[in-house]
Formats: sequence, structure tokens, C-alpha cells
Amino acid sequence: MPQPTKGARLGGSPAHERLILSNLATQLFQHGRITTTVAKAKRLRPLAERLITKAKKGDIHNRRQVMTVVRDKGVVHHLFTEIAPTFAERPGGYTRITKIGNRKGDAAPMAVIELVSEPLNTVRTTTAPAAPAPKAEETEAPKAEETPAEETAEAPKAEEAEAKKDEA
Amino acid sequence: MAVPKRKMSRSNTRSRRSQWKAAAVSLVSCPQCRSPKRPHVACPSCGTYNRRQVIEPSA
Repeated sequence: MPQPTKGARLGGSPAHERLILSNLATQLFQHGRITTTVAKAKRLRPLAERLITKAKKGDIHNRRQVMTVVRDKGVVHHLFTEIAPTFAERPGGYTRITKIGNRKGDAAPMAVIELVSEPLNTVRTTTAPAAPAPKAEETEAPKAEETPAEETAEAPKAEEAEAKKDEA
Repeated sequence: MAVPKRKMSRSNTRSRRSQWKAAAVSLVSCPQCRSPKRPHVACPSCGTYNRRQVIEPSA
């Protein structure tokens, strides 16, 4: 049984939905970041990331598959030659959606969807190596600190216990 | 066709409508400018989210 696409249905017909999504993808690759509604951004993200994955492969077959969605040859060229190489090291997660509040007029929740431009290394240094590296350095120091602290912690307990026994 | 048998009293109507309440919007303080903002949404006063400039500040 076919599984329905996640997210809201857009437009009035499947053809309209395809047009909306392909126009959004074209504009995203053209400008790098676009402001749209949260529902459209959420529908656009998987499509845009699939197109970037195809662009990273870069052969003529993938280019023709991307051309079925993004009709503008100039934008496709920009995607394959300039956008795809910047994501060479990045294993997915090429776009970022940030909510920016409701639109005046119809109170539609709006979002900015953008191609991630920050280098991947900064993310890794802040998350993965930053955590284990200080641990390795500080393993000796905190242990040395911890053991006397535990002893001191145990000692008052023992004294308290003795005091309680004396009281009893 | 099913129709109401009795007139709805003003008391019942008003009792029902007394439960129509608006909930207060939850707010957190922006890590960048300390002004109140909605959670998971870019700050409208300084335009940042996670200390990253997302939009031009509205004010």
C-alpha cells in the first residue's frame, strides 16, 4: 500500500503541488535562502536535499533527473557546479529551517529555509571532540579530587553514624 | 430532522461561553538580547536564533 507523503498537501491539485514545490526548490537554489510558510518549508526540505544528493553524484543521469524538477538550466548548473561541491563532506542535512513567527495578515507561521553554509568542522569541534578531549585530560585530575572528596564525604557519615550510635 | 426541544436559557448559554478562554502565550528570554520571545522561534527584537542572525530585526 502506498504511503502518503508526510506534511501538508499544497495547492489545489497534484499538478499545482508539484509546481509549487519545484518553484520553491528553484528559488531556494537560486537565492540560497527563502522565506516561506512553515508547511511549505517542511515539504520543500526533503525534496531539496534529494536534489542536492543527486547533484553531488553529478553525472548526466542525475542531472536529467534534477531537470525534471528544477526546470531552469541556469539554476541546475549553479546547483551542480557551485552548491554541490560545498556539501561534498556533509552527509545530509543540507538545509536548515528556522521559524520566524506569524505573518501579518493571515497569521500564517513563517519560516526561513536556507542552504547550510557553515563549515562542517566547526560543528564537529563543538560537539564531538570537545567533549572527549577535556575528559581525557581531566580524568586524572578529577579522580584525584574525587577520591579525597569521597573520603571526606564518607568520613562525616561515619562520624555521624558513630554519633547516632552514641546517642542511641 | 432533529431540532432542539427547549429554548437554551441565557444562563446555560453564558455558562458554556464562560469556558471560552484564551491561553497565555509561553515565552522564554532570548539568549542574545534577553527580551521575551516565543520558544523555537527566532527572536523578533534582535532577529537571532541560537545566536545566529536569521532575520533583520523588526524593531
